[in-house]
Amino acid sequence: MPEAALRDPEITPEVWREMGLSDDEYRQVEGILGRPPTYTELGMFAVMWSEHCGYKYSRPVLRLFKRYREQLDSGALENAGVVDIGDGYGIAMKVESHNHPSAVEPFQGAATGVGGILRDIFTMGARPIASLNSLRFGELSDPHVRYLFEHVVAGIGFYGNCVGVPTIGGEVFFDPCYAGNPLVNAMALGLVRLDRIASACARGVGNSVLIVGSRTGRDGIHGATFASVELGPDSESKRPNVQMGDPFTEKLLIEATLEALETGAIVGIQDMGAAGITCSTCETAAKAGTGMEIDVALVPQREEGMTPYEIMLSESQERMLAIVQKGREEEVASIFRRWGLNAVVIGHVTDDGLVRVRQNGRVVAEVPAKALADECPTYQLDASEPDYVVRLRSRPVQSLRVDDHSSTLLKLLSRPCIASKRWVWEQYDHMVQTNTVVFPGSDAGVLRIRGVKTGIAVTTDCNSRIVYLDPYTGSRMAVYEAARNLVCSGAKPVAVTDCLNFGNPEKPEAFWQFKESVRGLADACEELSTPVVSGNVSFYNETPESAIYPTPVVGMLGVLDDVTNHVTSAFKREGDRIILLAAGWPEDPWPSLSGSELQVMLDGEPYGPLPGLDAARQKALFAAVLEMAAGRMLSSAHDVSEGGLAVCLAESCIAGGLGADVELRLPGPVVPSLYGEPAGVILVSTPPERASDVIRTAEAHGVMAVEMGGVGGPDIIVRGEGAELLRVAVAQASEAWESAIPAAMDTM
Amino acid sequence: MKFAVLRFPGSNCDQDAYFAALNVLRQPVEYVWHESTDLAGADCVIIPGGFSYGDYLRCGAVAALSPVMGAVRKFAASGGLVIGICNGFQILCESGLLPGVLLRNRGLRFICRHVHLRLENADTPFTRSGTVGKVLSIPIAHGEGNYFADESTLRELEDSGRVILRYCGPGGEIEDRYNPNGAARNIAGIVNREGNVAGMMPHPERACEPILGSEDGLVILNSILGGRA
Repeated sequence: MPEAALRDPEITPEVWREMGLSDDEYRQVEGILGRPPTYTELGMFAVMWSEHCGYKYSRPVLRLFKRYREQLDSGALENAGVVDIGDGYGIAMKVESHNHPSAVEPFQGAATGVGGILRDIFTMGARPIASLNSLRFGELSDPHVRYLFEHVVAGIGFYGNCVGVPTIGGEVFFDPCYAGNPLVNAMALGLVRLDRIASACARGVGNSVLIVGSRTGRDGIHGATFASVELGPDSESKRPNVQMGDPFTEKLLIEATLEALETGAIVGIQDMGAAGITCSTCETAAKAGTGMEIDVALVPQREEGMTPYEIMLSESQERMLAIVQKGREEEVASIFRRWGLNAVVIGHVTDDGLVRVRQNGRVVAEVPAKALADECPTYQLDASEPDYVVRLRSRPVQSLRVDDHSSTLLKLLSRPCIASKRWVWEQYDHMVQTNTVVFPGSDAGVLRIRGVKTGIAVTTDCNSRIVYLDPYTGSRMAVYEAARNLVCSGAKPVAVTDCLNFGNPEKPEAFWQFKESVRGLADACEELSTPVVSGNVSFYNETPESAIYPTPVVGMLGVLDDVTNHVTSAFKREGDRIILLAAGWPEDPWPSLSGSELQVMLDGEPYGPLPGLDAARQKALFAAVLEMAAGRMLSSAHDVSEGGLAVCLAESCIAGGLGADVELRLPGPVVPSLYGEPAGVILVSTPPERASDVIRTAEAHGVMAVEMGGVGGPDIIVRGEGAELLRVAVAQASEAWESAIPAAMDTM
Repeated sequence: MKFAVLRFPGSNCDQDAYFAALNVLRQPVEYVWHESTDLAGADCVIIPGGFSYGDYLRCGAVAALSPVMGAVRKFAASGGLVIGICNGFQILCESGLLPGVLLRNRGLRFICRHVHLRLENADTPFTRSGTVGKVLSIPIAHGEGNYFADESTLRELEDSGRVILRYCGPGGEIEDRYNPNGAARNIAGIVNREGNVAGMMPHPERACEPILGSEDGLVILNSILGGRA
């Protein structure tokens, strides 16, 4: 029978409510244990049964994801999903949010977000080879937003640069809805031999349990609980809940862990993120159907006098739990010590299914591992369609008035959502490891894999404005946009990881957004045969003022059979022909201005119905462009997205330092044709002698191809209706596009 | 020619340098751990980039005191070739093997980008496969690459032709607007008085294969091999 530890407070309803447990959940805890919990046990339940760790609201909905459902049912869920890319290699990948910590302590919040996701990767035995991040902020005119933006970017750079993992892409989006609640989603990828994947499984009764890496301190206690409530005026007081990152130790941990895994002596390994030792012990034991006994007094500690509760709940960073074959502890520990890291036996695997925690021998907690890891109560929450959806969807889309296309293009190019993010990605080392083939700023980052012909492409995408307008279709579009970005890079989309950022799920409107969005993602991933292999849910992204737009960030992996066939968005040569490829035109109601950047710029908010999305046509477009890339027909390819065709054309010009002269040979009015944001349009350029091949390939796939003009000259020129509609010097466009964010940030 | 690549805890370009030596230059190469004093019989020591010991104190300050740097000092004194790249340059300055220091970038932000460099002296073991005035495109990736030394040191460096690389424009223009970090006189790389120890902030190992977008780093790496361009 566990006893209270020294200085444990008395357990009262206030105590469990403060920890985030409902009265009913507390009674379930008593029911499981057959007695009242100790304070340590109560804390363990509270973190493991938080939404952040236990997915108590989201799990029933996440079952819509096929791969997740299968893994959940078979007990095969791991820290990150692994995708087979051929030649015996796999890519481990995952994206995770660190929104609330970044809202109150942007530098450390973002830094530890990177650290946490990297540990999810190398705990699989995979060497981290790339990071991306998807960021959302309020408007840069707000000084607090600039402060958050500056420090989030610096925090990501601080961690990623030191740890030596290139940050090869991502996205940054600005909208007032994120002013009080920025989103910081970090994605990481690792390379692993498929026969060397490590598991988070505490197999083998009698095997030793080691804690390795940093010492344990009082930082981050109840971070997971903090992530499971809305931000409020007192959120600043949660600063101590934010962990501190030490990328130097993480770097050592990566090298030591990968080296130690090579010995074969480690049977299971789990990183410590949310809920620290509690989570890693109960999850590894539950997964193996074993139990585990540890003594917290053996855990290397940063401070004196830590209670068992504090040690079990600490979220100190850069720690791992390793389950090591009995008798081979020293072999493993010596590797960690050589890298200057702690590696200490704190317990062993048992057969009774219990996580038993001792302090100097005295039992202070004894809890069934499965109850903590797998039996978090789940809830079917109410969902109802918010009024705004009906209102905005039924608002007819006005044909927006544009008098001067040249100045409109320049204004769009300097909108922070569209403007160059060079200011961001030049603060990240995107080349270390010398595998980066396509740098940030193109449609997707591309990496070579050493020793084989294969390459990979990666992107993150989500236009949350259209998800806001229609969570189902908008989320489907996010998947298709990510896929298009990969295809534009010459890579075949193969798998998805998602980070689902939503408001308070206990509000039926927010939960409806979540359900609809997941349904859209799941359908799109089925349609494209790109399974969701991992992911993360972040709820409660709300402040008293507002909730964020529903933001399901899609991280997508693509594979190039031959990395030298990669394509970028930049125009390459004077005289190349420019061809527009469209999936659904002209039958689809394209072009539409619903939710477009132009609409928001001129009318102040997104509105209007979204056009449909025909999976077969989209896939035909992808197949056509991939065939063109593999056949080396393309000089460039760029996806039409925010800002429409005008911005797409300008970006290809700016990236290549070359002008273009095109004729807008599209049916329908000029404004939607130039600025509408259709799903499924790609602008390519090709050497003149290959133009007929491009058109023939498109037509063979049933894809519309319109030859619009050619690359060259100092200006971006669009003609239509017998007149010159737009003429902007590339240098001027480049200046508008490149200077917008640095200019906003230098006003700090 | 045999290379040794030093490994400090926190080095993160060690594997890139190793890869370049082995697979691009096709030369034997060995890692040397920071606690070792045995340079593995190398002809050239590469001190790679990264964050040695986390660089939580001052860049390269702790590494300068490591056992392996004692061996490097002796090796350099006997005429062995030593090249420090990025953090390696910082370590060489902290070790006193090269003059000056590397301050924080004047913009106070980390910068990773391809820059243009003008080759200033083709008469060193690190530049002999190039020609004076040649413009190279090689990336930088650092937060502290702002080279600083007192006036007399700078004058001495200039007078003795020890500045080997300078940040410049695409046509070789040495102007402040092409200076990414505020380095004195646009200095990107220097050699010691004897010419056998070089330090540079740019990363030649990141620009030595066509797939990486530039092969200009080979001018440096091939020079070390003996000038075969």
